[in-house]
Amino acid sequence: MTHTKTVLTAVSALALAGLAACGSSSGGDPLAQPTGAGSKAPSGTIVVGSANFPESELLMDIYAGALKAKGVTVDTKPNIGSRETYIPALKDGSIDLVPEYTGVLDQYFNKSAKATDSQAVYDELKASLPSGLQVLEKSAAEDKDAVVVTKDTATKYNLKSIADLGPVAKDLVLGGPPEWKTRESGVPGLKKVYGLNFKEFKPLDAGGPLTVQALKNGQVQAANLFTTDPNVPANGFVVLEDPKSFFAAQNVVPLITKSKVNDTVSSALNAVSAKLDTSTLAGLVKQVVIDKKDAEDVASEFLKQAGLA
Amino acid sequence: MINDIIAWLTDSAHRDDIVQRLLEHLQYVLLATVIAAGVAIPAGMWVGHTGRGKFAVVNISGFARAIPTLGLLFFIVLWLGPSLSGDLAFLLPSLIVLVVLAIPPILAGTYAGIDEVDPAARDAARGMGMRGWQVLFKVEVPCALPLIFSGLRSALLQVVATATIAATVGLGGLGRFLIDGLAVRDYPQMASGAVLVAALALVIDLVAAVVQRFAVSRGVTGRFRTRRARVAVGSTAESPATAESPATTTVGTAH
Amino acid sequence: MDWFTSHLDDVWRLSVIHAYLAGIPLLLGLVVALPLGWLARRFSWAYPPLIIGTGLLYTLPSLAVFILLPGILHTQILDPVNVLVAMTVYTVALLVRTVADGLGAIPDDVRLAANAMGYRPVRRLLGVELPLAVPVISAGLRVAAVSNVSIVSVAAIIGVEQLGSLFTDGFNRDFFAPIVTGIIACGVLSLLFDVVIVVVTRLLTPWTRARAAS
Repeated sequence: MTHTKTVLTAVSALALAGLAACGSSSGGDPLAQPTGAGSKAPSGTIVVGSANFPESELLMDIYAGALKAKGVTVDTKPNIGSRETYIPALKDGSIDLVPEYTGVLDQYFNKSAKATDSQAVYDELKASLPSGLQVLEKSAAEDKDAVVVTKDTATKYNLKSIADLGPVAKDLVLGGPPEWKTRESGVPGLKKVYGLNFKEFKPLDAGGPLTVQALKNGQVQAANLFTTDPNVPANGFVVLEDPKSFFAAQNVVPLITKSKVNDTVSSALNAVSAKLDTSTLAGLVKQVVIDKKDAEDVASEFLKQAGLA
Repeated sequence: MINDIIAWLTDSAHRDDIVQRLLEHLQYVLLATVIAAGVAIPAGMWVGHTGRGKFAVVNISGFARAIPTLGLLFFIVLWLGPSLSGDLAFLLPSLIVLVVLAIPPILAGTYAGIDEVDPAARDAARGMGMRGWQVLFKVEVPCALPLIFSGLRSALLQVVATATIAATVGLGGLGRFLIDGLAVRDYPQMASGAVLVAALALVIDLVAAVVQRFAVSRGVTGRFRTRRARVAVGSTAESPATAESPATTTVGTAH
Repeated sequence: MDWFTSHLDDVWRLSVIHAYLAGIPLLLGLVVALPLGWLARRFSWAYPPLIIGTGLLYTLPSLAVFILLPGILHTQILDPVNVLVAMTVYTVALLVRTVADGLGAIPDDVRLAANAMGYRPVRRLLGVELPLAVPVISAGLRVAAVSNVSIVSVAAIIGVEQLGSLFTDGFNRDFFAPIVTGIIACGVLSLLFDVVIVVVTRLLTPWTRARAAS
């Protein structure tokens, strides 16, 4: 009697954490994969990922919605991180599809990328992609990286283009995503192409509130934001022109694992690309970032109006 | 991986950066811990000495622990960021988060230390004619020092590890190596950053252990409760591990 | 509030994932920490390396661990297993010491009494020492539970969805509602873990209630 009881007590002590673990969730098999976070989707499923900024997440939802409307099973993985993180995720099969931008993607795979206009960049990109990956048709929608300053700074130094920064850069702090520190399309490139030596580079976020805040409050005097960013007009920021086309054309394009491409998938995604242009995209991003609507809702509304879902 | 880490750490091109980030990190950690101790030690003393507000201490500690650090940090950055100028906009939010993180263990340690002082010692002190504050500073605090240190060291370790998160909102410190490394998928840089954080934690804890050894009266370490206390004190002196358990045990049983 | 009520589905889904990612490691961590803690208590030479080693693990920044684990485990980058393993490591880091100290706090008289009653070492450990150490172990477990709930949210930075995703989403859009919702949901989850651990502890230690009642 006592023996059984003591052993039982010991066993229940071991199970203590087990109960703690499943007691407050929905119950069931505690060793099962968390719902929605399963690592391996069934083979027919297309997992759409996104980078860590709202526009990418919005485009992810648009792609996912368009595919779903054509009967494709989809799963989404938002906010994976920078290109340096989600491309490996694409290669190791964690995701199958991600919204991309032609110019920076070209520079990512091809260190000696030269093309600057829209079609040439797209062609060059197609040639430089690794074998397992493919881009579908590009859209007319463009969202370039830009160097942005406040109106006051622009007036003070008489800045119109990035080239004008040349003589004054040594007094200015540049803010941008951490990857800009080493990326060819970031600080090193600005130095090479425009000869800019900033006083300091401050690693912030990918065109998010940190960068906007820092620019507004003067912690940085120049910053990397995106051209579709609704915060730029909202704060009266000045986008500096890029006479040397340092930031190559950046058309939105779906990047996908080759083995996942079939007619249904490519026609659904190409139809999205055909309907997207820069002002449409900027308008959609504004709904998410300024009006605080859910990216998913904005995406499905867009698809409905475009007759894609 | 280990070779990569060694190569990265010994690369002379990284030396200045490493020193700068280490010093920044140390600065955040000390600043946060000193502020937290300034709040938590007096509060813990008062509660332990008067026996009032026990309930509040336990609940405030529990509540503060339950706030997810990342969420609090983002909240404060969005909330305070727009009204702060200069580097304060990056420093202050992270500092607040680290202070919130450091208060519970110090508060719990101090309170528990004073609360657990042998009532006989307290009575003896009163019998000798000591006033309330004399009892507190001459008897209760010296006796409570091992647990106060235990709380402080636990807080230090948590703050050292967590201060890295501040790099996500533009602050410096060793977290820069993690965030910058993450952004460009530079594994050696990230791993080296992690190693540096762990090494800093180890050094800080060793220093704290030495300070504790000199600060705590031998009379206390020698006969502060019997077997269990000897084990606890001995182990904190020889190990850098978090001294969470004595303090939190008290928090747990106080419920 | 409006945001919360219109996003109940999302919050619930993320909470369930969060509960798994923070909770399963509590169980796994306890299972690993019990023998290690016993070892540290049983052999005095094993105490310093075990306690120092596991204590150091806790100082490894979570972000680094989440990102470096796929390279070590050969898992996929976004695999939640990485988070489960990392959280188990942190749980072990917190619990080994607690288990060792809990077992160490048992009075020698109790051990001797058990011996006199004919308990052999293994049965004495499982039948007498472990049950008596439950309150201390459970206190450590409560700390680990709260710590896990907080640390798991950091995984949102590397794209593993759970309540922390509300933080990154809110932050990216300069939007308080998701952040506040996430903080509250994490708090509620911690509280639930805590209540479950306290209740189970009470069930496992009936003698403490008997003492309180008398």
